[in-house]
Amino acid sequence: MSFLADYIYYIGAFGLILIGLYIILVKHNLIKVIIGLGILDTGVNLFLISIGYIAKGTAPIFSKPGIDSEYMVDPVPQALVLTAIVIGVAVLALALSLAIRLYQHYGTLNLRKIREQRW
Amino acid sequence: MRRIVAILLLIIVALGISLSLAKIPFGTPKTKVGRHYINEGVKETGAANIVTSVVLSYRGFDTLGEVTVLFIAAIGLGAVLTGATEKKARKTEPASLVLYTGCRLLFPLILIFGSYIFIHGHLTPGGGFQGGAIIASGFLLIYLGCRERRISRKASKLTESLGGLLFVVTGLLGLAFGGYFLSNFLPKGTANELFSAGIIPIIYIAIGFKVGSELASIIDNLIEES
Repeated sequence: MSFLADYIYYIGAFGLILIGLYIILVKHNLIKVIIGLGILDTGVNLFLISIGYIAKGTAPIFSKPGIDSEYMVDPVPQALVLTAIVIGVAVLALALSLAIRLYQHYGTLNLRKIREQRW
Repeated sequence: MRRIVAILLLIIVALGISLSLAKIPFGTPKTKVGRHYINEGVKETGAANIVTSVVLSYRGFDTLGEVTVLFIAAIGLGAVLTGATEKKARKTEPASLVLYTGCRLLFPLILIFGSYIFIHGHLTPGGGFQGGAIIASGFLLIYLGCRERRISRKASKLTESLGGLLFVVTGLLGLAFGGYFLSNFLPKGTANELFSAGIIPIIYIAIGFKVGSELASIIDNLIEES
Protein backbone atom coordinates (compact mmCIF):
# COMPACT_ATOMS: atom_id res chain seq x y z
CA MET A 1 0.00 0.00 0.00
CA SER A 2 2.86 2.38 0.77
CA PHE A 3 4.06 1.90 -2.81
CA LEU A 4 0.71 3.15 -4.07
CA ALA A 5 0.75 6.09 -1.66
CA ASP A 6 4.31 7.05 -2.63
CA TYR A 7 3.85 6.85 -6.38
CA ILE A 8 0.23 7.91 -6.79
CA TYR A 9 1.09 11.00 -8.87
CA TYR A 10 3.33 9.07 -11.25
CA ILE A 11 0.64 6.40 -11.59
CA GLY A 12 -2.06 8.99 -12.29
CA ALA A 13 0.06 10.89 -14.80
CA PHE A 14 1.00 7.75 -16.70
CA GLY A 15 -2.58 6.53 -16.53
CA LEU A 16 -3.61 9.73 -18.33
CA ILE A 17 -0.76 9.42 -20.86
CA LEU A 18 -1.62 5.79 -21.69
CA ILE A 19 -5.36 6.55 -21.97
CA GLY A 20 -4.57 9.40 -24.38
CA LEU A 21 -2.27 7.22 -26.49
CA TYR A 22 -4.88 4.44 -26.62
CA ILE A 23 -7.55 6.88 -27.84
CA ILE A 24 -5.22 8.28 -30.52
CA LEU A 25 -4.29 4.80 -31.76
CA VAL A 26 -7.72 3.16 -31.78
CA LYS A 27 -10.50 5.70 -32.38
CA HIS A 28 -11.73 6.64 -35.85
CA ASN A 29 -13.61 9.82 -35.02
CA LEU A 30 -11.40 12.89 -35.43
CA ILE A 31 -12.98 14.75 -32.50
CA LYS A 32 -12.23 11.79 -30.23
CA VAL A 33 -8.62 11.74 -31.45
CA ILE A 34 -8.31 15.44 -30.55
CA ILE A 35 -9.79 14.73 -27.11
CA GLY A 36 -7.12 12.03 -26.74
CA LEU A 37 -4.44 14.61 -27.59
CA GLY A 38 -5.82 16.85 -24.85
CA ILE A 39 -5.72 14.03 -22.27
CA LEU A 40 -2.14 13.17 -23.30
CA ASP A 41 -1.17 16.85 -22.89
CA THR A 42 -2.64 16.95 -19.38
CA GLY A 43 -0.83 13.75 -18.41
CA VAL A 44 2.55 15.06 -19.56
CA ASN A 45 2.04 18.33 -17.64
CA LEU A 46 1.06 16.45 -14.46
CA PHE A 47 4.10 14.19 -14.82
CA LEU A 48 6.52 17.14 -15.16
CA ILE A 49 5.04 18.86 -12.09
CA SER A 50 5.17 15.68 -10.00
CA ILE A 51 8.85 15.15 -10.87
CA GLY A 52 9.63 18.56 -9.36
CA TYR A 53 7.71 17.90 -6.15
CA ILE A 54 9.55 17.70 -2.83
CA ALA A 55 7.95 16.06 0.21
CA LYS A 56 6.19 18.63 2.41
CA GLY A 57 6.75 21.15 -0.40
CA THR A 58 5.56 24.74 -0.63
CA ALA A 59 5.36 27.16 -3.57
CA PRO A 60 8.69 28.78 -4.51
CA ILE A 61 7.57 32.33 -3.71
CA PHE A 62 9.21 34.56 -1.08
CA SER A 63 5.99 36.35 -0.20
CA LYS A 64 7.18 37.26 3.31
CA PRO A 65 10.69 38.12 4.47
CA GLY A 66 12.38 35.33 6.39
CA ILE A 67 10.38 32.49 4.82
CA ASP A 68 11.93 29.02 5.03
CA SER A 69 13.31 27.99 1.65
CA GLU A 70 14.28 24.41 2.49
CA TYR A 71 11.03 22.75 1.40
CA MET A 72 10.34 24.84 -1.69
CA VAL A 73 9.57 22.70 -4.74
CA ASP A 74 11.72 22.79 -7.88
CA PRO A 75 10.76 25.93 -9.90
CA VAL A 76 12.10 24.75 -13.28
CA PRO A 77 9.34 22.21 -14.18
CA GLN A 78 6.71 24.70 -13.01
CA ALA A 79 8.12 27.36 -15.35
CA LEU A 80 8.07 24.87 -18.25
CA VAL A 81 4.50 23.69 -17.60
CA LEU A 82 3.27 27.29 -17.17
CA THR A 83 3.94 28.03 -20.84
CA ALA A 84 3.12 24.49 -22.01
CA ILE A 85 -0.49 24.79 -20.78
CA VAL A 86 -1.21 27.95 -22.81
CA ILE A 87 0.53 26.54 -25.88
CA GLY A 88 -1.46 23.31 -25.48
CA VAL A 89 -4.70 25.30 -25.62
CA ALA A 90 -3.61 27.10 -28.79
CA VAL A 91 -2.48 23.88 -30.50
CA LEU A 92 -5.77 22.15 -29.61
CA ALA A 93 -7.63 25.10 -31.15
CA LEU A 94 -5.53 24.75 -34.32
CA ALA A 95 -6.33 21.01 -34.48
CA LEU A 96 -10.05 21.75 -34.03
CA SER A 97 -9.96 24.31 -36.86
CA LEU A 98 -8.39 21.70 -39.16
CA ALA A 99 -11.14 19.26 -38.12
CA ILE A 100 -13.77 21.89 -39.00
CA ARG A 101 -12.30 22.34 -42.50
CA LEU A 102 -12.08 18.55 -43.02
CA TYR A 103 -15.74 18.20 -42.10
CA GLN A 104 -16.70 21.00 -44.52
CA HIS A 105 -14.73 19.30 -47.30
CA TYR A 106 -15.65 15.63 -46.83
CA GLY A 107 -18.90 15.78 -44.89
CA THR A 108 -17.64 13.28 -42.32
CA LEU A 109 -15.23 13.11 -39.41
CA ASN A 110 -14.57 9.37 -39.72
CA LEU A 111 -10.88 8.99 -40.50
CA ARG A 112 -11.37 5.66 -42.30
CA LYS A 113 -13.96 7.14 -44.69
CA ILE A 114 -11.77 10.20 -45.31
CA ARG A 115 -8.89 7.90 -46.22
CA GLU A 116 -11.10 5.98 -48.68
CA GLN A 117 -12.32 9.07 -50.50
CA ARG A 118 -8.85 10.28 -51.56
CA TRP A 119 -10.24 13.65 -52.55
CA MET B 1 -6.91 -6.56 -34.55
CA ARG B 2 -5.96 -2.92 -34.39
CA ARG B 3 -7.11 -2.75 -30.79
CA ILE B 4 -4.93 -5.72 -29.77
CA VAL B 5 -1.85 -4.23 -31.43
CA ALA B 6 -2.51 -0.90 -29.69
CA ILE B 7 -2.87 -2.57 -26.28
CA LEU B 8 0.35 -4.57 -26.81
CA LEU B 9 2.20 -1.38 -27.76
CA LEU B 10 0.85 0.41 -24.68
CA ILE B 11 1.94 -2.46 -22.41
CA ILE B 12 5.48 -2.27 -23.82
CA VAL B 13 5.53 1.53 -23.33
CA ALA B 14 4.21 1.20 -19.75
CA LEU B 15 6.81 -1.45 -18.87
CA GLY B 16 9.67 0.63 -20.19
CA ILE B 17 8.49 3.78 -18.43
CA SER B 18 7.89 2.07 -15.08
CA LEU B 19 11.31 0.38 -15.18
CA SER B 20 13.02 3.73 -15.74
CA LEU B 21 10.80 5.55 -13.23
CA ALA B 22 11.56 3.04 -10.45
CA LYS B 23 14.98 4.68 -10.20
CA ILE B 24 13.50 8.20 -9.73
CA PRO B 25 12.01 8.35 -6.23
CA PHE B 26 9.02 10.62 -5.74
CA GLY B 27 9.32 13.68 -3.51
CA THR B 28 13.10 14.10 -3.27
CA PRO B 29 15.12 17.05 -4.56
CA LYS B 30 16.61 16.16 -7.94
CA THR B 31 18.17 19.12 -9.71
CA LYS B 32 20.97 21.34 -8.45
CA VAL B 33 19.94 24.19 -10.73
CA GLY B 34 16.52 24.47 -9.06
CA ARG B 35 18.18 24.72 -5.64
CA HIS B 36 20.48 27.46 -6.99
CA TYR B 37 17.49 29.43 -8.33
CA ILE B 38 15.76 29.22 -4.93
CA ASN B 39 18.85 30.24 -2.95
CA GLU B 40 20.12 33.01 -5.19
CA GLY B 41 17.09 33.97 -7.32
CA VAL B 42 15.84 36.90 -5.26
CA LYS B 43 19.34 38.36 -5.02
CA GLU B 44 20.09 37.94 -8.71
CA THR B 45 16.80 39.04 -10.30
CA GLY B 46 14.90 40.95 -7.60
CA ALA B 47 11.65 39.03 -8.15
CA ALA B 48 10.00 37.41 -5.12
CA ASN B 49 8.31 34.76 -7.29
CA ILE B 50 11.04 32.31 -8.30
CA VAL B 51 8.95 30.75 -11.08
CA THR B 52 8.65 34.19 -12.70
CA SER B 53 12.37 34.79 -12.43
CA VAL B 54 13.02 31.43 -14.12
CA VAL B 55 10.49 32.14 -16.89
CA LEU B 56 11.60 35.68 -17.69
CA SER B 57 15.16 36.10 -16.47
CA TYR B 58 17.06 32.80 -16.51
CA ARG B 59 15.09 31.39 -19.43
CA GLY B 60 13.82 34.59 -21.04
CA PHE B 61 14.94 33.66 -24.54
CA ASP B 62 13.13 30.33 -24.22
CA THR B 63 9.94 32.22 -23.32
CA LEU B 64 10.32 34.38 -26.44
CA GLY B 65 10.34 31.14 -28.46
CA GLU B 66 7.23 29.88 -26.67
CA VAL B 67 5.38 33.15 -27.30
CA THR B 68 6.31 32.74 -30.97
CA VAL B 69 4.81 29.21 -31.00
CA LEU B 70 1.58 30.64 -29.58
CA PHE B 71 1.60 33.41 -32.21
CA ILE B 72 2.09 30.91 -35.05
CA ALA B 73 -0.73 28.68 -33.75
CA ALA B 74 -3.12 31.68 -33.62
CA ILE B 75 -2.07 32.85 -37.12
CA GLY B 76 -2.43 29.31 -38.48
CA LEU B 77 -5.93 29.00 -37.04
CA GLY B 78 -6.92 32.29 -38.68
CA ALA B 79 -5.41 31.22 -42.01
CA VAL B 80 -7.15 27.82 -41.97
CA LEU B 81 -10.58 29.16 -41.05
CA THR B 82 -10.86 32.61 -42.65
CA GLY B 83 -12.73 33.09 -45.89
CA ALA B 84 -13.32 29.40 -46.57
CA THR B 85 -17.08 29.32 -46.71
CA GLU B 86 -19.56 31.91 -47.85
CA LYS B 87 -21.16 33.33 -44.79
CA LYS B 88 -24.69 32.31 -44.08
CA ALA B 89 -26.66 34.77 -42.03
CA ARG B 90 -27.18 32.76 -38.88
CA LYS B 91 -30.10 33.48 -36.66
CA THR B 92 -28.96 33.57 -33.08
CA GLU B 93 -31.37 33.49 -30.25
CA PRO B 94 -30.73 36.43 -27.89
CA ALA B 95 -29.37 35.53 -24.48
CA SER B 96 -31.64 35.67 -21.48
CA LEU B 97 -31.79 38.80 -19.34
CA VAL B 98 -29.87 37.20 -16.48
CA LEU B 99 -26.98 36.16 -18.74
CA TYR B 100 -26.95 39.54 -20.54
CA THR B 101 -26.88 41.60 -17.32
CA GLY B 102 -24.39 39.27 -15.66
CA CYS B 103 -22.03 39.48 -18.63
CA ARG B 104 -22.17 43.29 -18.72
CA LEU B 105 -21.58 43.42 -14.98
CA LEU B 106 -18.77 40.86 -14.83
CA PHE B 107 -16.76 41.79 -17.93
CA PRO B 108 -14.93 44.86 -16.48
CA LEU B 109 -14.27 43.00 -13.23
CA ILE B 110 -12.70 40.11 -15.16
CA LEU B 111 -10.50 42.56 -17.10
CA ILE B 112 -9.34 44.20 -13.87
CA PHE B 113 -8.62 40.84 -12.25
CA GLY B 114 -6.62 39.65 -15.27
CA SER B 115 -4.59 42.88 -15.30
CA TYR B 116 -3.92 42.47 -11.57
CA ILE B 117 -2.66 38.93 -12.18
CA PHE B 118 -0.17 39.95 -14.86
CA ILE B 119 1.01 43.21 -13.26
CA HIS B 120 1.79 41.41 -9.98
CA GLY B 121 3.41 38.43 -11.71
CA HIS B 122 6.76 38.96 -10.00
CA LEU B 123 5.24 39.13 -6.49
CA THR B 124 2.33 36.67 -6.27
CA PRO B 125 1.32 33.47 -8.07
CA GLY B 126 0.40 34.33 -11.63
CA GLY B 127 1.87 36.18 -14.55
CA GLY B 128 1.39 37.14 -18.17
CA PHE B 129 0.20 33.79 -19.44
CA GLN B 130 -2.34 33.28 -16.66
CA GLY B 131 -3.60 36.87 -16.75
CA GLY B 132 -3.96 36.69 -20.53
CA ALA B 133 -6.02 33.52 -20.22
CA ILE B 134 -8.31 35.23 -17.67
CA ILE B 135 -8.81 38.23 -19.99
CA ALA B 136 -9.64 35.91 -22.89
CA SER B 137 -12.24 34.18 -20.69
CA GLY B 138 -13.87 37.61 -20.24
CA PHE B 139 -14.13 37.97 -24.04
CA LEU B 140 -15.63 34.46 -24.24
CA LEU B 141 -18.27 35.62 -21.75
CA ILE B 142 -19.06 38.57 -24.07
CA TYR B 143 -19.58 36.18 -27.01
CA LEU B 144 -21.89 34.00 -24.93
CA GLY B 145 -23.87 36.73 -23.21
CA CYS B 146 -24.06 39.77 -25.50
CA ARG B 147 -24.31 37.92 -28.81
CA GLU B 148 -24.40 40.91 -31.15
CA ARG B 149 -21.17 42.39 -29.75
CA ARG B 150 -17.95 41.60 -31.61
CA ILE B 151 -14.36 42.46 -30.83
CA SER B 152 -12.54 44.50 -33.46
CA ARG B 153 -10.04 42.31 -35.29
CA LYS B 154 -7.87 45.26 -36.17
CA ALA B 155 -7.57 46.27 -32.51
CA SER B 156 -6.72 42.73 -31.38
CA LYS B 157 -4.06 42.38 -34.11
CA LEU B 158 -2.62 45.77 -33.08
CA THR B 159 -2.47 44.84 -29.37
CA GLU B 160 -0.87 41.52 -30.20
CA SER B 161 1.80 43.09 -32.42
CA LEU B 162 2.55 45.85 -29.91
CA GLY B 163 2.95 43.28 -27.11
CA GLY B 164 5.40 41.21 -29.15
CA LEU B 165 7.26 44.36 -30.21
CA LEU B 166 7.58 45.54 -26.58
CA PHE B 167 9.09 42.18 -25.60
CA VAL B 168 11.69 42.22 -28.40
CA VAL B 169 12.53 45.93 -27.95
CA THR B 170 13.09 45.41 -24.20
CA GLY B 171 15.43 42.53 -25.05
CA LEU B 172 17.32 44.65 -27.55
CA LEU B 173 17.64 47.51 -25.04
CA GLY B 174 19.16 44.95 -22.68
CA LEU B 175 21.62 44.07 -25.44
CA ALA B 176 22.50 47.75 -25.82
CA PHE B 177 22.85 48.64 -22.12
CA GLY B 178 23.62 45.35 -20.35
CA GLY B 179 25.75 43.49 -22.85
CA TYR B 180 23.48 40.52 -23.75
CA PHE B 181 19.96 39.95 -25.05
CA LEU B 182 17.23 40.36 -22.37
CA SER B 183 19.71 41.42 -19.69
CA ASN B 184 18.13 43.12 -16.70
CA PHE B 185 19.41 46.67 -17.19
CA LEU B 186 16.91 48.51 -14.96
CA PRO B 187 17.51 48.90 -11.18
CA LYS B 188 16.23 45.86 -9.27
CA GLY B 189 14.89 47.71 -6.22
CA THR B 190 13.85 45.89 -3.07
CA ALA B 191 12.03 42.58 -3.40
CA ASN B 192 8.29 42.37 -2.58
CA GLU B 193 7.56 45.87 -3.91
CA LEU B 194 5.54 46.59 -7.04
CA PHE B 195 8.33 48.57 -8.72
CA SER B 196 11.10 46.01 -8.42
CA ALA B 197 12.81 43.33 -10.48
CA GLY B 198 13.81 45.62 -13.36
CA ILE B 199 12.46 44.58 -16.76
CA ILE B 200 10.49 41.53 -15.51
CA PRO B 201 7.15 43.38 -14.92
CA ILE B 202 7.48 45.19 -18.27
CA ILE B 203 7.91 41.92 -20.16
CA TYR B 204 5.09 40.24 -18.24
CA ILE B 205 2.72 43.11 -19.07
CA ALA B 206 3.68 42.74 -22.76
CA ILE B 207 3.06 38.98 -22.58
CA GLY B 208 -0.27 39.53 -20.81
CA PHE B 209 -1.58 41.80 -23.58
CA LYS B 210 -0.23 39.50 -26.28
CA VAL B 211 -1.65 36.26 -24.85
CA GLY B 212 -5.01 37.89 -24.03
CA SER B 213 -5.52 39.29 -27.52
CA GLU B 214 -4.29 36.08 -29.16
CA LEU B 215 -6.66 33.82 -27.23
CA ALA B 216 -9.51 36.32 -27.78
CA SER B 217 -8.86 36.27 -31.55
CA ILE B 218 -8.80 32.44 -31.47
CA ILE B 219 -12.24 32.49 -29.80
CA ASP B 220 -13.45 35.07 -32.34
CA ASN B 221 -12.25 32.98 -35.31
CA LEU B 222 -13.76 29.75 -33.98
CA ILE B 223 -17.15 31.38 -33.35
CA GLU B 224 -17.36 33.57 -36.47
CA GLU B 225 -15.92 31.45 -39.24
CA SER B 226 -17.12 27.94 -38.50
